[in-house]
Amino acid sequence: MRAFKLVFRPEKCKGCELCRSVCPKGVIGMAANVNAKGYHPACAVNQEACIGCQSCALMCPDGAIAIYQLEEGDQ
Amino acid sequence: MITDKVLMKGNEAFAEAAIRGGARLYFGYPITPQSEVPEYMSRELPKHGGCFVQAESELGAINMAYGAGSAGGTVFISSSSPGIALMQEGMSFLCSAEVPLLAMNVSRGGPGIGGIQPGQADYYQVTRGGGNGDYKIPVFAPASIQEAVDLLYEGTDMAQYWRNPIMILADGMIGQMMEPVRLPEFKPVLAPNEIAGKRDWACTGYADRGGDQNRRVVKSLRMQPEKLEEHVEKLFKKYAQMETELARYESENLKGAEIVFVAFGTTARICREACEILASQGIKAGLIRPISLWPFPEKAFDEIDFSTTKAVISAELSMGQMITDVKLALNGRLPVFLAHRTGGMVPTSPEVAQRAKAVLEGLK
Amino acid sequence: MKPIFEYTKGMTEMPTHYCPGCTHGIAHRLIMEVLDEMGMLGNTVGVAPIGCSVMAHQYMNVDMCEAAHGRAPAVASGIRRVHPDKIVFTYQGDGDLASIGTGEIIHAAVRGEKFTTFFINNGIYGMTGGQMAPTTLIGQKSTTSQDGRSKELNGMPVKMSEMLATIDGAAYVERVALDSPAHVRQAKKAIRKAFEIQQQGLGFTLIEFLSTCPTNWGMTPVKALEWVRSNVMAYYPIGVIKEPAKEEQA
Repeated sequence: MRAFKLVFRPEKCKGCELCRSVCPKGVIGMAANVNAKGYHPACAVNQEACIGCQSCALMCPDGAIAIYQLEEGDQ
Repeated sequence: MITDKVLMKGNEAFAEAAIRGGARLYFGYPITPQSEVPEYMSRELPKHGGCFVQAESELGAINMAYGAGSAGGTVFISSSSPGIALMQEGMSFLCSAEVPLLAMNVSRGGPGIGGIQPGQADYYQVTRGGGNGDYKIPVFAPASIQEAVDLLYEGTDMAQYWRNPIMILADGMIGQMMEPVRLPEFKPVLAPNEIAGKRDWACTGYADRGGDQNRRVVKSLRMQPEKLEEHVEKLFKKYAQMETELARYESENLKGAEIVFVAFGTTARICREACEILASQGIKAGLIRPISLWPFPEKAFDEIDFSTTKAVISAELSMGQMITDVKLALNGRLPVFLAHRTGGMVPTSPEVAQRAKAVLEGLK
Repeated sequence: MKPIFEYTKGMTEMPTHYCPGCTHGIAHRLIMEVLDEMGMLGNTVGVAPIGCSVMAHQYMNVDMCEAAHGRAPAVASGIRRVHPDKIVFTYQGDGDLASIGTGEIIHAAVRGEKFTTFFINNGIYGMTGGQMAPTTLIGQKSTTSQDGRSKELNGMPVKMSEMLATIDGAAYVERVALDSPAHVRQAKKAIRKAFEIQQQGLGFTLIEFLSTCPTNWGMTPVKALEWVRSNVMAYYPIGVIKEPAKEEQA
């Protein structure tokens, strides 16, 4: 089973929630805290469920999401 | 090597001079009395590896010129009064973004669509700037085809040196007449891949600049007022330098003159004849011929013989526009009068001489 | 860890000024990803318009020139004459392209100009605060059509892509939407195809993006995407409107 890691750049996020709305697995939520811009940034709330479909990153208008496939030895 | 003189029509000589000056891009739209310029360019530019585009409008033409200039091309455009009016938005952008351009206005009568006969009522349009914001465009007004050719030939480099539009204002008379002219040698031109190195602001794509991945952006937007003010102040430092370096004029018979004409372009030629008529009648008349309209050659007015001169006449093919600058230059030192026709009408030299005599009579 | 999606170096690190959920950011990224993947970032000159994307040159990591309102196609025509071997593109909103700049875009297509236009259709003037655009839908409210656009008063919304596709010089015209991951993938393919057709010198290319303006539509970003699907796509169907014959494409 392949595993993926979502890496958010919260300082880039404007809290638009497009990523969360398109995630088929409910991986993404919005943080309780606010970033320097005053937005609640997106974050992974269910990282293990990520299937690496990239939908979130494709829809992100602000370049706040990168996705990596975990390889053997990765934590 | 200097070539022999050839007999050429003004508009065709202008186009040839721009090509010899290195212009390889021309964007134009037909308008009388300068349509021979785009016609000539459409025929001759491709022979020199250049590009002619007939634009959809003067708006299209000036913005193609802006794009080609931003990309580092050597660009020439021409139009006539109402067409130049349409280009003013673009001129404002070019000045702010500091994009070089050689432009020519073969002017006609106005306002509105006006007529197609020669006029000089574009003086305000070209010297005051018809576009928005604080900017300046050097304007040169030739009085012969040869002078126009020399100014255009020099103008391609001048535009690049100052990174600013340079305007040549020739009235329709000079565009339409024929005169013998000596054409200068062809200047060398840059290949596309040489542009990035020679014009260090031009948008070329950074692959043409070796390892330098610093982007080049040609723009006029500055949202922060502090930045915009700083930018305009910088532009005006350049304009101040232009004022000291680009003011040009000719003066004739100012010593001992009773009356002095100030006139440019075709009108200067008429005034020169009027001076001869007046001399034959025992009245000494002098002439100041501004070659640059902006910067206005104020120094010329210090050459007036204030011990003998009683009045100055601004002679214009308009209801009196340059007269504003004449009065500013004289600053109350002498009374200033107007001799004019407008709407495409051109005064004869006896008419102008008569006007000078009437002015002197009225001052008695 | 093996990267499977990273932010393209075709975009600068500057945060955009766009409102949350505005799809300009997606369109910018897609164009720059394609240029990056083609290895053409250093061989491209872009033209920014007037409108919300007036500052696109701060974000797109290529040489760029900023045009007067509506004049980007004329500016691009000039650039292309100086650098015939570069990729040239304009990025224009619907006020810029479909209203004040109709003359320039039509004649660029007529001349078969070898540049690509990215046309952002969100049916509204964003930068100036939500006024009606030529593309605003019938009944859609804006600050200058406060009871909704009326056909009697304003006419029907203009279909620029269909109109431009009637012009011989237009080689490739496709309308895409940015409302879903699947459509975003499709949009990226269209961008690539447009640039390739430009490089082949086959003529003018245009990609219209159905985009959103959550702020001026008065919707959440997610609702705005739903509105694109339910209302905008009904009037502006997505898909290829015109393309070169297969044998023409290399």
